[in-house]
Formats: sequence, structure tokens, C-alpha cells
Amino acid sequence: MNTNSIFSTDGTGRFGPYGGQFVPETLMPCLQELERTWDAARQDPAFKTELASLLADYSGRPTPLYRAQRLEKHCGDAARIYLKREDLNHTGAHKINNCLGQILLAKRMGKSRIVAETGAGQHGVATATVCALVGLECTVYMGEVDMKRQAPNVRRMHLMGAAVIPVTSGARTLKDASSEAIRDWVTHVATTHYIIGSVVGPHPYPAMVRDFQAVIGTEARQQILAKEDRLPDAVIACVGGGSNAIGIFSGFVADEVALYGVEAGGSQAGSSAALSLGEPGVLHGSFSYLLQTQDGQVIPAHSVAAGLDYPGVGPEHSHLKDTGRVCYDSVNDDEALTAFADLSRLEGIIPALESSHALAYCRRILSQPTAVAPWRKKPGMKKPLVIVNLSGRGDKDMAQTGEDDS
Amino acid sequence: MSTPPLGRLTQLTARLRSEGVKPLVPFLTAGYPDEDTFNGVLAAVAQAGCPLVEIGIPFSDPVADGPVIQASSQRVLQQGMTLARTLELAAAAERDHGLGVVLMGYLNPVLKMGPAEFAAACGQARVDGVIIPDLPPEEARGLRALLAQQGTDLVDLVAPTTDPDRLRQNAAAAAGFLYLVSTNGVTGSGTNTADNLSAYIKNVRQITDLPLYVGFGISTPEQAAQVATNADGVIVGSALIKLISRTGDTSVAAAANFLGQMVQALNSVKGSSR
Ligand SMILES: Cc1ncc(COP(=O)(O)O)c(C=O)c1O
Repeated sequence: MNTNSIFSTDGTGRFGPYGGQFVPETLMPCLQELERTWDAARQDPAFKTELASLLADYSGRPTPLYRAQRLEKHCGDAARIYLKREDLNHTGAHKINNCLGQILLAKRMGKSRIVAETGAGQHGVATATVCALVGLECTVYMGEVDMKRQAPNVRRMHLMGAAVIPVTSGARTLKDASSEAIRDWVTHVATTHYIIGSVVGPHPYPAMVRDFQAVIGTEARQQILAKEDRLPDAVIACVGGGSNAIGIFSGFVADEVALYGVEAGGSQAGSSAALSLGEPGVLHGSFSYLLQTQDGQVIPAHSVAAGLDYPGVGPEHSHLKDTGRVCYDSVNDDEALTAFADLSRLEGIIPALESSHALAYCRRILSQPTAVAPWRKKPGMKKPLVIVNLSGRGDKDMAQTGEDDS
Repeated sequence: MSTPPLGRLTQLTARLRSEGVKPLVPFLTAGYPDEDTFNGVLAAVAQAGCPLVEIGIPFSDPVADGPVIQASSQRVLQQGMTLARTLELAAAAERDHGLGVVLMGYLNPVLKMGPAEFAAACGQARVDGVIIPDLPPEEARGLRALLAQQGTDLVDLVAPTTDPDRLRQNAAAAAGFLYLVSTNGVTGSGTNTADNLSAYIKNVRQITDLPLYVGFGISTPEQAAQVATNADGVIVGSALIKLISRTGDTSVAAAANFLGQMVQALNSVKGSSR
């Protein structure tokens, strides 16, 4: 495939050849307005102060960096393992970091209505939350399949006054919810801002959402330095669209720290591992790795974790894969379910199924020969230091995992 | 580098304009509802006097389309329709029915085939124009040049949200016709009010001399005639697709009847709109 040759790498919003703005003309002026608004806000001390105080007083940041010693034992004492506790945010996941930023931008643009897509429901809940906070109308698109498997989150959204619209097209999961949210946005573009939930979509979303999630990496860096007086050797995060991963990576990407992005390997029924198994293509506004057929049709994703159940991935991850800066790999449904149960029992922390993918990978890499991960054996090193981004809590996943896991 | 000659769509729309014809451009999803019925409807399109047909390349995730065209894409994909086969159907529309062909489809299948390969295939099939709703002008330069070498024009879209500065920029590279999206929305959604729509078309007309073809949500002969008082051509998609969901002759007859009424309404619009 010779696609790179038709896109300039210096086009708008590029990460190497990836990214761009592949949307209907109707949306182009509105993306440009969003970019201008975001550029102005970033340089406005009042915006920064308002966002910082909401992150602190409303969401409870900074989130702790917690050393999980019983998990360490379980992993053969092969490393010191820290969990970045994004699950302790208000609403229970990292998604609120982005939503608080975007809702302030929506207000600046004078929008009266918000639309969002959601898979796990965490982004939908975070969006419904910030809409209640500022008093804006909220419509969330959610695949019918996901509404069933993440029912508690549907109830939370309703309680906060959001309309949740079931999406019945395609695989009835996150991809289809995203398409419906875009269709709604095109139709109500004058009044409506679309709060995309990850580092996907057309420019400026991938860069903007990364910047809103960078608070994870900034904090984690300060915290590990305070606790251990050195940087970690490895950072591990799950990758759906890739926002929690980009957020924590951003604190370490310029340093000599091994970075791991863990995709959902799914099961026999299929996977969501766009970076591991896909090829570059265009879906939902950007050029990035994508699960697709020989004829360029998108292959429906599959994962036990609704928030990872997406056939695409953020364009910056595609670039980080190609440059080799981040190592991307996948764990399957069963491994994630095991890690889910393990952390619950070992640490009294019920992780989201999405985050459980990062936990499963942590265990895997620590149980393999050190040659697989050279950072585990640097000269003069006592024990390697690993941070796992615990992107969210797992209360929402009870129906999926069964009440009795024993 | 030599400048490529005028694209086929540019030539065709110029001729129609000089003849005072305001064409109805029917949109058909490739191979919908099945290939036999599709061919029957194509014959009806030609018989109704339409010089140009738009053929939709199906895509799994058509974000600019409403439920009717979404469902038609889904169905032909299930029946095994591919981009390669769509190009064969396009070639046949020209060869067997003498129709000009504009292909409409999303970017990803084109990328997967390879932009250069796609452009070459368009040349071979004598495709007149290509519309890619998720390829805005900023990203289109490479593909536009590849298509131009094959005599195929890349058609640009204008939306009610496009401001005059942007319109001027977009129009500078555009060829064939400008596709005016009638309203903010997806295909098959309700149109703008007639007054808004005619003001919008007139505003665009002040900025560019390109032929203006209007589509999205046009479903009745009255609407078509209304739009054509200001526009150069009218595109109808969902309303036609709705009529032909069943395979066989009844769909062909329904299409022929509908197209006849639409064309008659357009023919009643006298004079040049320029
Ligand atoms: C807890 C949690 N983690 C991770 C994700 C995946 O998103 P991303 O890759 O953008 O962090 C989700 C998405 O719903 C989520 O709810």
C-alpha cells in the first residue's frame, strides 16, 4: 500500500504520516473553531486556573501512586510495582480529566449541547457528569451490546440527566456509537460540541485530549521521583483509543523509560488490537492503524472490555509504534479476567476490565526471561521499578465477570 | 509537467450547461438491491434522460449517510460487493447505458486499493468524477492530482457551514461541479427551508462560476424544481434507494416512475440560472 505518498507529513495535526482531518466538509469549520478556542485557552492563565481547581476540588487530583506489594509477591518479587490510581478520580476513571477540559472549551465556544460516544460507559458517565456540572444538555450514544454489559453506567448517566441513545447499527459497540455521535454532530453542528473520549478522531482532538490527559504523566513522574528518587524502568498502560496510555506516557516519553501499550487481544471471536494486527487506514476522521479487510472495510472489534472494543487507535500511537518508542502488544480476554480477579483479591482494588489488560501484561513481562525486557537487568540495579496505569475501577464490570469468581 | 486536459466531468457539466439542461443525478448504491435490479434501474435512469449517475462505493462505516443509504451499503457488502466490482459496474454504466458516472465513496477502501491503482482504474472505467465525503480539500491534493492524470475530476463539497473565505479557497482547486450539501446533516435528512436554500445557493454563486449541484434530503419533484431555479443540477439518493429495496421488476418500475416525475419537474424549470 502506497498511501503515505498522498498525504503530506507536514499537513494539519500530523504525527509522522498519521492523524489529519478526514471529515465531511460540514465539520471542517467547526474543527477549526475548536482548534482556535483550544489554542487561546491553553495560553490563558484563567483557563488553566479554572481547570486545575476543578481537577483538584471536583475530581480529587492528584490521584495517588500506590505501591502494590502483594501484587509484587504474586509477580515473583521481580519488580517494585506502583499503580497510578486513576480509578480514584471522581466517576472512577481517567476520562474525567479530558471531559473537564473539553466542557470548559464548549462553554467558551458558546455551545448549548454536548454529544459523546461511549463504550464502557466511563466516558459517557464523565461527560454526563461535566454537563450536569455546568448545566448543558447531554446526549450519549452507546451501542446496544454495551448498554447491556455496562448497565450500571447507563443508570448513572440517566441519573445525571443525560439522554442515552442505543445504537443498533453494525456490531452495536463503540465503533458504531462513534459513527452515530458524528452524525448527530454534523446535524446539530451550530449548537453542539462533540466531546470525543479518547485521543482519536480528527485534529485537534488527538493532541488536545493528550494534553488534557498529560496530567496523569506529570503527576506520576513527580510522585515516583518523590518516593523512589528515580524514574521508573517501565510504564504500562492499556490502549483502547489510547488516552490513558498517552496521558501517562507523556511524563516519560523523553526519558529512558520503557513504555508498553497493551491492546485487547480478545478471544476466538476476534480482537481489538489495531496496532498489533491492523494496517494504516482512515476511520472517524484520522489516518491510523485500523483493523480492516482486504477491501478496506472495517472489521468489527472484539473484547471483553467494552472500553477497548474499538478497531482503530489514536494516530500518535501509530507513530510511536513505527518509531519504535513504545512497544505495543496484546493480552486476551482470559488473561485480563484473571488479572481482574487477582488484583481484587490481592490488593482490595477492583480494576476496570480495560485496566486489567495492563495488569495482565505486567505480570506476563515480569514472568518472562529478562532478555525479553532488558530494562529489568541494568547494571547495578536492585529491583526494577514499574508503573501500571490503573485507568479505572471495575464496579461497572460486575455483570460481565460474574458475582462469584472463586 | 504538462497540465492535464480538462476532466471528463468538467466537459460534461459544461456541455449540459450550454444546452440549458439541469440534470437530475440519481444516486445508486453499487449493486443494490441486487445486480440485476441495479442494472434495470440504470437502464431506467438512462431512459428518463439523466445524463449522469452517481454510484456509491459501499463502506462499513459511512458517517455522512443517514439510515437508508447505510442500510443499502450494509446489504451490498453482505452480498459481497467490493470496490473492484463497483468499478466494473461503473464501466458498464458508461458502456451499456451511455451514462456519465460519478463514484461516491469513503476514503478507506480507496487507500486500501492504493490511490494510484484506484485512479488508474477510474481512468480505465472512464469514471467522470469521484466524490469522497471524508476527504476535505486540505487533504485531497495527492488524490486529486492522480485522478486528474486519468481525466477524472475530484468533486468538492460545500456545506452551509463553509464560510466565504473557505469557499473561495476550496473552489480554486475544484472541478466538474461543486456538490452543495443542502443542509447540515447526513444523507436523507430533511432539507433546509426553500428560502434558506435559495439564499445559500445564491451566495455560493456569487463566489464561483462552477456548476452547482445540490443534494442531501431532496425527495419530491416540487423540491427538485424549487432547488433547480437556482442550482445547475439536483442529486437524489435516499428517496430513490427507499423505492427499490425489493429486488426485481417492481422496483425498476417504481424507480422509472419516480425518475420520470423528477426529470419532468426539472425540465419545467426554464432558463439559465447564471
Ligand atoms: C477504565 C478505562 N480504561 C481505558 C479505557 C480505554 O480508553 P483509552 O485507551 O482512551 O484510555 C476506557 C474506555 O472506556 C476505560 O473506561
